[in-house]
Amino acid sequence: MTVLSHGADWDFEAIERYDAAIAGVAATFGLDTYPNQIEIITSEQMLDAYASSGLPVGYPHWSYGKEFIRNEQAYRHGMQGLAYEIVINSNPCIAYLMEENTMAMQALVIAHACYGHNSFFKGNHLFRQWTAADAILDYLVFARHYVMDCEERYGAAAVEEVLDACHALMAHGVDRYRRPAAPTLKAEAARLKAREENRERQFNDLWRTLPGAPAAASKGKHEVFPPEPQENILYFVEKHSPKLEPWQRELVRIVRKLAQYFHPQGQTKVMNEGWATFWHYTILNRLHERGLVDDAFMIEFLKSHTNVIAQPAFDSRGYGGINPYALGFAVFADMRRICERPEAEDRAWFPDLAGADWRRVLDFAMRNFKDESFIAQYLSPRLMREFRLFAVADRVEDDALVVDSIHDERGYRRLRRLLAAQHAIENRVPDVQVVRYDRDGDRSLTLRYARRRGRPLDDAAEEVVAHLRRLWGFSVRLETVDGDEPVGRVLECAA
Amino acid sequence: MAQLIDRRSSGRGRSAVNRERFLRRYKAHVQGAVRKLVGERKLADIEQGGEVRVPKKDIAEPSFGFGRGGDREFVLPGNREYVAGDRIPRPQDGAGGGGGSAGEGDSEDAFVFSLSREEFMQIFFDDLELPRLARTELGRTDQKKSVRAGFARTGVPANLAIVRTLTQSLARRIAIDGSLRREAEELERAFGSAAAAGHPAHAAQAYAELQRVERRLERVPFIDEPDLRYRNRVMRPEPVARAVMFCLMDVSASMDEDKKDLAKRFFTLLYLFLTRKYGEVDLVFVRHTEDAEEVDEETFFHDTRSGGTVVYSALDLAERIRAERYARGWNVYVAQASDGDAFGADPARSARFLRDRLLPAARYYTYLELAAESDSGRSSTLWAEYARVADEAGNLAMRRATRRDEIYPVFRELFRKDTQ
Repeated sequence: MTVLSHGADWDFEAIERYDAAIAGVAATFGLDTYPNQIEIITSEQMLDAYASSGLPVGYPHWSYGKEFIRNEQAYRHGMQGLAYEIVINSNPCIAYLMEENTMAMQALVIAHACYGHNSFFKGNHLFRQWTAADAILDYLVFARHYVMDCEERYGAAAVEEVLDACHALMAHGVDRYRRPAAPTLKAEAARLKAREENRERQFNDLWRTLPGAPAAASKGKHEVFPPEPQENILYFVEKHSPKLEPWQRELVRIVRKLAQYFHPQGQTKVMNEGWATFWHYTILNRLHERGLVDDAFMIEFLKSHTNVIAQPAFDSRGYGGINPYALGFAVFADMRRICERPEAEDRAWFPDLAGADWRRVLDFAMRNFKDESFIAQYLSPRLMREFRLFAVADRVEDDALVVDSIHDERGYRRLRRLLAAQHAIENRVPDVQVVRYDRDGDRSLTLRYARRRGRPLDDAAEEVVAHLRRLWGFSVRLETVDGDEPVGRVLECAA
Repeated sequence: MAQLIDRRSSGRGRSAVNRERFLRRYKAHVQGAVRKLVGERKLADIEQGGEVRVPKKDIAEPSFGFGRGGDREFVLPGNREYVAGDRIPRPQDGAGGGGGSAGEGDSEDAFVFSLSREEFMQIFFDDLELPRLARTELGRTDQKKSVRAGFARTGVPANLAIVRTLTQSLARRIAIDGSLRREAEELERAFGSAAAAGHPAHAAQAYAELQRVERRLERVPFIDEPDLRYRNRVMRPEPVARAVMFCLMDVSASMDEDKKDLAKRFFTLLYLFLTRKYGEVDLVFVRHTEDAEEVDEETFFHDTRSGGTVVYSALDLAERIRAERYARGWNVYVAQASDGDAFGADPARSARFLRDRLLPAARYYTYLELAAESDSGRSSTLWAEYARVADEAGNLAMRRATRRDEIYPVFRELFRKDTQ
């Protein structure tokens, strides 16, 4: 075989050759992907794409301008490089390549985004459940037009006010669990019929003779609405706000849809990046084995790759939290190792994995987990040692931080559980739900923050409540409970 | 196989609209920064772009998040010496608690970004205009404006006048169809009567004829080339508002370095404002000591001459230049800067001359008095005389400035856009 290209320069033919070669290798590993659409863009366009969370189309809003200015500033001052790629979870899957990159980088990005991320988008259960890859681009175009149309009709300021308020509640505008689909008429009729039949079977005339309960007990008292607390605040606002105009409702809906679209990405950062990194590493190595790329290519690729998966220690200057690329890549690579060359410790910890077909194992993990469960399931003691992980407990009654557990025999399980919990959504987004809408009274809305382990909300809560008040139109209260006990003061933003 | 698309040439600056929105939202901050920069800068640098700082808390986008307090654990990489149970003193201001959200460098308290030169100037001169500018006379005719001029048979597709085109098409179709339809109706009747009368040959002939006519009817196009009408536009010369600004600066010995700096700052702003916003404005620079002379802008801003003070000389020269060069069809503006230190008969004579000669010919006259901080509040003789004139005439505006940072606000006040 001859190498696919020489030197750092790329051209369109070369990219096509690489794409074909990478697609071939990906197919031998059984990666199932959406069709790819690769777009070559300039760094300036990359900055643009950054500002709108990578989406190719977005509605205009000042916060994107702020994001753009921040990135541009950082980039111009050399404080921050640009990401090599942006990839959009859509069908076809759109990936951006920057024209400044060398051929090796383009190949890396193609393997990483077009085959790694792409297969993850198509396979992972969260994405399958929550995002409609076929429809997202059309929806974005609709959203943009709708917002701009509203601006024309009702003024940019009015639209901005609604969007600002919605953005503040974006993290609380997602369904974490799927709503049951509304039953069809047929199913509903069948259910009623079955119920009727059951009642007939159970019929006993004796019941009729029992004295009835005092009938009017529940009547007259206000029923609490909603009957169950609602976690999706934006959804509740959209459906029940007494004051919103139809166009405002539609704006709420647009933001909610976007939030829902991004919801899986927030929960699969480690897995998604780890998966893509694992595959670009595996695929490009395979190309090298086959002699399709030369050593210079590999040196450059490995340099970028090691940069991507570097994990600085907590006390070093560049530390910015646990690097999802590093952690994800390490876990997937380690799973492959356990399958192929298990050691005694691995056999004890992962009896199912040791000796199994690694492709099946990885594919299963990719499809059925999210970060939290993925770490809880697959982080091995060996990796905890390699990363030298340790957990620190920060408790109110203790005047110092205490090292809770470290990478040793006693600490492995607890450490793994804590790291998994750190990636759980409930530890990143406070549990605030709608508990009461006083429909028959002053129409006020009450939210409840379920405090756990004494962790309070931060000061921004007041502003968020004010934003919600603007959407709701009547007074909004935020109460805090710990267990069942009300604690702290009630934040109230009066009508 | 992937589809490869080259997007490099399309859609750059997609974020421009969002950037502009951001600037608009924080207009107050941006304007404040511009104001400050103008006060601090060296004269030559006034035109540069600049940095704007907005406090982080002002542009924060709030959302529910966890605050400090409560119990939690966080996992960190890179352990070296710790074993379970070790106690670590709490870091002082919470830095280093790298779990989740804490590590994102919130130590910076301002959001800093730079304005381009254009943005800077735009904000700089936002809402300013030359007051009472009248389009007095047809000036030079090189300025043209495109105006509508009916419809044309040729044009670019974007200018297609759809309603007009369809009207034409309808008329044409009625004209062509009419006779054919009548013919078709006749043939139909003939066919009917022939068939009823039992003449199959006649009926067949009528039927064939009918078919031919119907085919012809079908072939009449819905829209044909001659129907097309385009909106027509022609270029017409536009009257240009011609304006001249007289800049009168006192450079006498009583104007010390500070005051001269103030005066130059004021005229620099004025100069930028006029050259940027009104391309066609003539500028006349006059400086005076005991006597006045007309100078070019280089000398006006950079030369250091000094002497006594006779305000009248400058007014007189300005009036002579006006009568000579800008007698008819010009909007005349005058800006005068002085410390008001005039002696003897000069103030009264100047004020009189102003009232009788200059003001009636001028659209707007601004007088900026520069005072040292020590003698603030004490008005000069010239100020007093001018004030009397200002009471009578509506087009004389007077302001006083003592510090650098007052120049820009004063300037804005003088040239604020009339909002009524």
